[in-house]
Amino acid sequence: MSNETAIKCEHVSIRYITGDFKSIGLKEYVIRRLTGNYHVKEFWADKDVTFTLNKGDMLGIIGSNGAGKSTLLKAVTGIMVPTGGKITVHGNIAALLELGSGFDGDMTVRENTYLRGALLGYTRKFLDEKYDEIIRFAELEDFQDYMFKQLSSGMKSRLAFSIACLVHPDILILDEVLSVGDGAFRKKSGAKMQEIIHGGVTAILVSHVMPQVRELCTKILWLDHGKQICFTDDVQHTCDAYEEFLARGKKAKVPRKQEQIDAYAEAYQKRLADQEAKKEKEKETGMYQTV
Amino acid sequence: MSKTTARKKTGIVDTMKKYQFMFEELVKRDFKQRYKRSILGMAWSILSPLMTLLVMRVIFTEFLGKDIPHYTIYLFSGNIVMSYFRESTRNGMRSLTSNAKIFTKINVPKYLFLLSKNVSALVNFGLTLIVYFAFCGIDHIRFTPKMFLLVYPSICLLITCIGIGAILSAMYVFFEDTSYLYDVVLTLLNYMSAIFYSVDSLSKNLQTAFLFNPVYVYIKYFRVIVIDGIIPSPAYHLLCLFFPVFYLSIGMFIYKKYNTQFLYYL
Repeated sequence: MSNETAIKCEHVSIRYITGDFKSIGLKEYVIRRLTGNYHVKEFWADKDVTFTLNKGDMLGIIGSNGAGKSTLLKAVTGIMVPTGGKITVHGNIAALLELGSGFDGDMTVRENTYLRGALLGYTRKFLDEKYDEIIRFAELEDFQDYMFKQLSSGMKSRLAFSIACLVHPDILILDEVLSVGDGAFRKKSGAKMQEIIHGGVTAILVSHVMPQVRELCTKILWLDHGKQICFTDDVQHTCDAYEEFLARGKKAKVPRKQEQIDAYAEAYQKRLADQEAKKEKEKETGMYQTV
Repeated sequence: MSKTTARKKTGIVDTMKKYQFMFEELVKRDFKQRYKRSILGMAWSILSPLMTLLVMRVIFTEFLGKDIPHYTIYLFSGNIVMSYFRESTRNGMRSLTSNAKIFTKINVPKYLFLLSKNVSALVNFGLTLIVYFAFCGIDHIRFTPKMFLLVYPSICLLITCIGIGAILSAMYVFFEDTSYLYDVVLTLLNYMSAIFYSVDSLSKNLQTAFLFNPVYVYIKYFRVIVIDGIIPSPAYHLLCLFFPVFYLSIGMFIYKKYNTQFLYYL
């Protein structure tokens, strides 16, 4: 792996604005402004996040819901602009975020394929060549001229995945989309994803499936309520700590220092060892009983 | 390999090339949504202004049209410009919200959605123009080369609509009731654009006030060329140019300023 920087994220903070401005409308807004009764709440989705990825790195972002993972990804893809800090990206990015939405129900499968492909930045020539491959991969050969709304939800996500996975980006961003669809397709899409990942791209993966993270990632970023707990290449150790943190439920204290992470990881290993021992014991007693 | 950085500035030609295919596909989609792939859908966009014209012709000729020569064409000029303006700005207003699912997931320039909606409205305007000229023939209007000048107000109108559409689409993201308020504005505009009456009997000051209304200004251009067969003064051409410059600058300013903030409101 080369040491060339692919993504550099320096002290990135992203602020959301919340409040009831969405629903109040223009008339109410003017009145509230005049009476000084207009308030917006600020909400930091990400606060001071810093990390650097080299070419070929695979970053896993972990953290519970509302930790700011998806927001951070949006900032990396350029959909959002950070309120503070700086993101530098070298290479072209492809992002697979919540694939199913944004299709047009009244257009056919074929038309939707071209529209989505165009939106993802493919050329017409490329799509002309790959169209059959996309349909075959999605297993929709018999549905090409169906309206998109007539498809089942499984078919929809299969099509979305098949279009998106054609990308040959320098940087790939995956938001919980490693595999979609039913059993057989899940296997196929998982394999396809592995193929892309092992093709040497730099990738960022958001996932709640810990074994997946442990297996694939070379670096890990742990976020909690927008704050960066740690960024490290010690993947297994951090995953241990994170799983222990999750297992302790809501009351668990968020680790702030490396020692606390170490403590969590240690506790996890201990628990694992205990379970192992317990199983062993059960086995023994079981054997004893059967004997 | 580090050829593209996060927000690299590229020339406008490169940008157009890059997004040409995307834009074409968006235009196609808007057409299909509009006409629902039926012949009747296409025919309706011509029938609907014709029916409006018929009703207005029957009702207003007695009261308002007695002193106006070629009253049918007078009405028709007003109707096509007003209905183009109405459709184009209304569609433009919804261009951001209706595509929110796309641009909150994929990084694409948002103005493409607005432009694509305007293309389909413009094509519809073109269709009604064909009927318009057919009626000119029936009404014994003399066809002159001067009529080619109508391209000028049409382009000005197109850009004005894009500008206003940009402003409205941004407002519609921030305020839900924009569409209701704008409907009120459109109704008022419909009465203030001298579509079925003449401004000649009004006071001079009031007549000047009409010139602040882009719809009226372009309607008048059409009438002066088609019915009177006269080319408007250079000053009037400048006035026509003022609206697109004015509204497009505001629209572009708003898009620049709020480009990254739309996301929070959708």
